[in-house]
Amino acid sequence: MSNRYKPGRVIKAPENFIDSSLSQAITKDGLNEERRDFIRKSFVAASAAIASTAAVAKAAAFEGDPLILNHTDYDQTLGLPVASNPYGVPSKYETNLIRRESPGLTQVGGASVAFAPLQGLFGIITPSGLHFERHHQGWQDMDPAKHRFMVMGMVKNPKVYTMDDIMRLPSVSRIHFLECGANTATEWGNVAVPTVQYTHGMVSCSEFTGVPLSVFLDDVGYDKKNAKFILAEGADGSGMTRTINIENALDDVIVAYGQNGEMLRPENGYPLRLVVPGVQGVSSVKWLRRIEVGDMPYGAKDEVSHYVDLMPNGMTRQYTSIQEAKSVITSPSGGQVLVGKGFYNITGLAWSGRGKIKAVDVSTDGGRTWRRARLETPVLSKAFTRFNIDWVWDGSPALLQSRAVDDTGYVQPTINQLREVRGTKSIYHNNAIQTWRVADFGEVTNVQVK
Amino acid sequence: MFKLSKAILAVSLSALSLTAMAQSLPGVGRTALPKEIAAWDIDVRPDFKGIPKGEGSVALGNKVWDEKCASCHGTFGESMEVFGPIVGGTHADDIKTGHVKALWDGSEPKRSTLMKVATLSTIWDYINRAMPWNAPKTLTTNEVYGVVAYILNMGDILPSDFVLSDKNIKEVQQRMPNRNGMISELGVDAEGNNFKKDQKIKYDMWHARGKGDIQAKECMKDCIKKVEFTSTLPDYTCTAHGDLSQQNRFFGPVRGVDQTLGCNPHPSLAELDKEYNTPYKAKPGAKLAVVSITKPASVEPAIAETTGEDLIKQYKCTTCHKMQGKLVGPGFNEVAAKYKGNDKAVSIISHNIKNGIGMMPPHGHIKDADIKKIAEFVLTVK
Ligand code: HEC
Ligand code: HEC
Repeated sequence: MSNRYKPGRVIKAPENFIDSSLSQAITKDGLNEERRDFIRKSFVAASAAIASTAAVAKAAAFEGDPLILNHTDYDQTLGLPVASNPYGVPSKYETNLIRRESPGLTQVGGASVAFAPLQGLFGIITPSGLHFERHHQGWQDMDPAKHRFMVMGMVKNPKVYTMDDIMRLPSVSRIHFLECGANTATEWGNVAVPTVQYTHGMVSCSEFTGVPLSVFLDDVGYDKKNAKFILAEGADGSGMTRTINIENALDDVIVAYGQNGEMLRPENGYPLRLVVPGVQGVSSVKWLRRIEVGDMPYGAKDEVSHYVDLMPNGMTRQYTSIQEAKSVITSPSGGQVLVGKGFYNITGLAWSGRGKIKAVDVSTDGGRTWRRARLETPVLSKAFTRFNIDWVWDGSPALLQSRAVDDTGYVQPTINQLREVRGTKSIYHNNAIQTWRVADFGEVTNVQVK
Repeated sequence: MFKLSKAILAVSLSALSLTAMAQSLPGVGRTALPKEIAAWDIDVRPDFKGIPKGEGSVALGNKVWDEKCASCHGTFGESMEVFGPIVGGTHADDIKTGHVKALWDGSEPKRSTLMKVATLSTIWDYINRAMPWNAPKTLTTNEVYGVVAYILNMGDILPSDFVLSDKNIKEVQQRMPNRNGMISELGVDAEGNNFKKDQKIKYDMWHARGKGDIQAKECMKDCIKKVEFTSTLPDYTCTAHGDLSQQNRFFGPVRGVDQTLGCNPHPSLAELDKEYNTPYKAKPGAKLAVVSITKPASVEPAIAETTGEDLIKQYKCTTCHKMQGKLVGPGFNEVAAKYKGNDKAVSIISHNIKNGIGMMPPHGHIKDADIKKIAEFVLTVK
């Protein structure tokens, strides 16, 4: 059984498949070896598909595509029995789309980020095994039988719950995105990373199953008059702590154990985590073990030293929580090469921490004109919305952008609109419009425009 | 059976007595006991509610720091080896104003913990719960006081003979260099006082349906006259994120750029300006571009190797074999020992696995190549 994809040998380049500066040089000096090499580089990847079509076209004149004419390993042998993979895994051909660290971003793996490969994902659900990871003190695989959850503080009757208790309670299943407050942080000052995995991969979307936090708050008899905030705390080494306002806590916050139909993955907080829809991911405390009801914000490390926004006047905004409307084209996107001229489906994701996505506009000319994209259903509050739009690439340079509008009327801003108010040092909450440059030779790169 | 029902009875009885007070969810959860609450309620708020009694000198902190912190954070708290600097960038003037100047005058490119943190409670609480990073929650209360005092001493905020305690920590808060540096939208400032009237908040990033600080408009036609480029990836970053061809599928509408073959130079901002703001003309030189491709590395998937050990799990050999010691069949370590030095071992074992031997059933359904892999693995078991 061959798992190698064998492209053809010789192909003709599509017209204009050359970098502009290079083509000038070629016109002047002719195509020497070095330049030939550059051309090859720019579309060697693109050529794979073209090559096979070209090879097929050539072969077809004789007898036809051997992949059609001949039998294969697959249709003439016995396949594997059921339950060969008792817990199924993706095809062995899908090894390229995995979570990845951004080299040089952090110094130690236990206090780091692994980005989700948005460039190759479909629909609105992120496979659990590809959900982005962000830990402050590594991840643990905690024994659910030993897990305890305590709700205390300004309450009548502080209580302890086991997983047995929690999973008996009325549950809800809701689809929500989680986005790290620092998603797209590298791009505040200038473009810094090549692909959508690294620019936007600290966001994922799952169906979470669990018990509304309000069920627990009612059960312990929280102080309705004086309670203003809650503290959520994790059971890991970092004991992650975050302040959440009581309105949110009573509204749509979930004490979750399920993710996409199975239990949470350990990297995502197994067996219990908080899900605070619409709010930067750090508040959705993993390995949740304690909720304290109080009347003051808690000033935790990740509310004072980090996850705060430094403004140009040196003041730091604290407790900026909501992830405002944002969108990005995931394909074609940075680091990719179009396989030839013609029809493409531009596809991407939009989300808002304030509610539903109302519209997504797409520009292919750097923002001169915009067209409405199709929103695929379902369109849910504080969840990914998948958008698609048709595009015929004529081989000329293009600039792809998407712009989300949410149901509060908020329009996704440009990076310059953000910088005018917040400067370039605030790290968090960069929800700017992303621009992908498509060169006439088909390569897509990350650029910023005003 | 008897044992089981007795256990259930015991559990439900204790649950019953403990949940007597619970109202809305009968039989679910139980009242938290005072000692349990004390064990977990370790947070310290900005008003120092929750801080335990105790004290620690700068000298004690110095000792703790050198033994348990310096390896990661540096002798002076300046290191960037594992994380940002803890100490540095604050000045005597900042202690007076309560707002660190280096945060806005650009004199310090890095932001240390002492530059940023407004509330001393934050540092105390965090070290107490999370440091040392590789052994969190192992410091005594007095060690936490001491090491906090030592960090402040390294930042010239406290003198070398200082002893920090629950009694004086509120006064020390008044020396925090960035204590006035926060804008909060929660109606209370960092220390829990009602928010100062002069700091008008013109944004709401705290309530779901609030209004943010940026109001963009939705334009559809003739939105800009020309595209102004502000930034493009520098060429030296080309391979910084590895081979992008290996980070995309090798089929579908796009491929990842294959950088193992080299990087295309990124055009300058001026070149981009020209390319995107003047009518595009197809380049005549393009016709020359006939390119021969031999074997693009980009289209070969990097397939995770299935190891012999994986296969042993997959084919459930472990129902009869352990790695070490006899189960139904011999331990794989015993098999390895038995065949030590036998250069036909792989083929003999493969044959026996395939056809069965003694009590072991045949495994004809496993591919020869996989059986060989298993056999090779078995021979390495110690
Ligand atoms: C093994 C390495 C290591 C050791 C030892 C260590 N730390 Fe840390 N420290 C870290 C890392 C990593 C972080 C960042 C964790 C995160 O991402 O949240 C950190 C964060 C901190 C912070 C918060 C900084 C900020 O601005 O957020 C403080 C304060 C701190 N450490 C103090 C200490 C003290 C005091 C000790 C000794 C008792 C200590 N550390 C020992 C690795 C270490
Ligand atoms: C039903 C129980 C059973 C299962 C299932 C089983 N084995 Fe065995 N195996 C045995 C017994 C019993 C022996 C000892 C046979 C003898 O020498 O009499 C043995 C012997 C062996 C030996 C030593 C052969 C030799 O040459 O000395 C190897 C290697 C081995 N098994 C590998 C495997 C592998 C690999 C699998 C799974 C693909 C497997 N076994 C599954 C029972 C089992």
